[in-house]
Amino acid sequence: MNSALLIIFTTAVLALLLGLRARKGRDMNLEQWSVGGRSFGTVFVFLLMAGEIYTTFSFLGASGSAYGKGASTYYTLAYQLLAYTISYWLLPAIWRYAQRERLLSQPQFFVHKYDSPALGILVALVGVLALVPYLMLQMKGLGLIVSLASYGAISSTTAVWIGSAIVTAYVIASGVRGAAWNAVVKDVAILAVVVFLGIYLPVHYYGSLSAMFSAIDNAKPGYLTFPEKGQSVIWFQSTVLLTSIGFFMWPHTFSSVYTAKSARIFRRNAAILPIYSILLLFVFFVGFAAILRVPGLSGSDIDLALLKLSIQTFDPWFIGIIGAAGLLTALVPGAMILTTASTILANDVYRAGFRQQASDTTVKRLASFMVPVVALVAITLTLNGGTTIVSLLLMGYNFVTQLFPAILCSFAQRNPINKYGAFCGISAGAVTVAAITLSKSSVGGFFPFLPQMLQDLNAGMLALLLNIVVAAIVSLLTKRAGNGVSTNVSREGGT
Amino acid sequence: MILRLLAFIPFLAILVGVAFTNQVQPLIFGMPLVLAWQVLCVVLTAVVMTVIYLCDPANREEDKAGEDQGSAQ
Repeated sequence: MNSALLIIFTTAVLALLLGLRARKGRDMNLEQWSVGGRSFGTVFVFLLMAGEIYTTFSFLGASGSAYGKGASTYYTLAYQLLAYTISYWLLPAIWRYAQRERLLSQPQFFVHKYDSPALGILVALVGVLALVPYLMLQMKGLGLIVSLASYGAISSTTAVWIGSAIVTAYVIASGVRGAAWNAVVKDVAILAVVVFLGIYLPVHYYGSLSAMFSAIDNAKPGYLTFPEKGQSVIWFQSTVLLTSIGFFMWPHTFSSVYTAKSARIFRRNAAILPIYSILLLFVFFVGFAAILRVPGLSGSDIDLALLKLSIQTFDPWFIGIIGAAGLLTALVPGAMILTTASTILANDVYRAGFRQQASDTTVKRLASFMVPVVALVAITLTLNGGTTIVSLLLMGYNFVTQLFPAILCSFAQRNPINKYGAFCGISAGAVTVAAITLSKSSVGGFFPFLPQMLQDLNAGMLALLLNIVVAAIVSLLTKRAGNGVSTNVSREGGT
Repeated sequence: MILRLLAFIPFLAILVGVAFTNQVQPLIFGMPLVLAWQVLCVVLTAVVMTVIYLCDPANREEDKAGEDQGSAQ
């Protein structure tokens, strides 16, 4: 056993113990398990939100896309900033409503706001459909990190199984509390590793940042800026806008809002999180540093850029530390996703759809049972697929973004859309996303007659526009029947 | 209301600013201009959101009520 493997293995055991201990002194009922008893303070909420950002995606995906695609990776920094700006007003509103109605999950939010169980089930399905690729993303990253950092001693497949077993165990025991405690360790580790690599590698290999960027610009002209077509400026603008409104629509991020004990926490975090996002810049530097040092990676191998460059630079013990930090970046979001997906399946599909009289205890038991089931589905799909990390993430994003219009409208004094509109709009948007993704097409592919500028729009934008148009039309048509809006207003006034 | 208008600054800086900064030269702090602009937007957003946070009366009013409500759960 080499030193790298030893460090990674120790970290895995510590993460497991910390995750199992997180339940200590709590009676793990459904509310504790799913939303931490709505008792988390600034630090935990901050880390759960920030923890969402510093996943294996930022570790491998952002450096990989700086390496393989150049400028288009800048969007990952920009969209966060806008997401935080929106969060200042959006999250306190969501939190207040969830607190009052004692919500446990995102689909329940829709059920209560729109007074429609069917809408809840639709949202549950869209959510789980988006969460599974996100979980696969974490597993894929985990497999890559551990197999490379252990110098091949542990295969990617074995790593995925072991990592999933660990996260499954502590999620069953502690739910979202397990994720929160590991998030503390994870963020300290990733912060140290990323800042060090981002400063050391450019200086070590090129002498300075400017020398590095000049060298890249000479070797690959146009790589550091947005091109005229394809991933152009308009692509950047539409992607940033789309992903920033999708950011808090992820079911697990949405329900991490419920864990907070006060609304003010979100406003404070909205001021601090932008500075924290600067970490990604260092990840970009690593990816750029790899361009001229480990050339030739292509396809989904671009995600290996950070690890390959590190391995040819550092001693095994330090690779072990990078591997350990990487492992944690997969386990924390993995735990959040598993908790949320299981809660949704048990509470919003089973209880809401089939057995409305089921007790919290029954739902909690079923949710615990769903944890290994969801994990197994994701493992199977991960081990049989080969899409790169960023493209998986973008598909999930396009799915969850479809929920945004209905949520935003539900906070209006008089909601302009009713449950029928919300249902049809979300369905239309989700089907469009699926059609575009499955046919591997783009806006230009569907509408070749459009000017180039519009062809480069992010495909999710098309789905979102369709969603809004359908929601508005259906709401107008069903308004005369005299339902939806009035029910909603009376609910708002209640309590 | 003024606070909400302030929040448009990051949107304008990021989404409109990129169209005017999409070039490599001059390098700023060693970074291509287009990337340096995004980094500047990080600082700008942090400043804007801090100003909003400090000026927003909601944080003073709700402070006491919010914390009490939380600990009662």
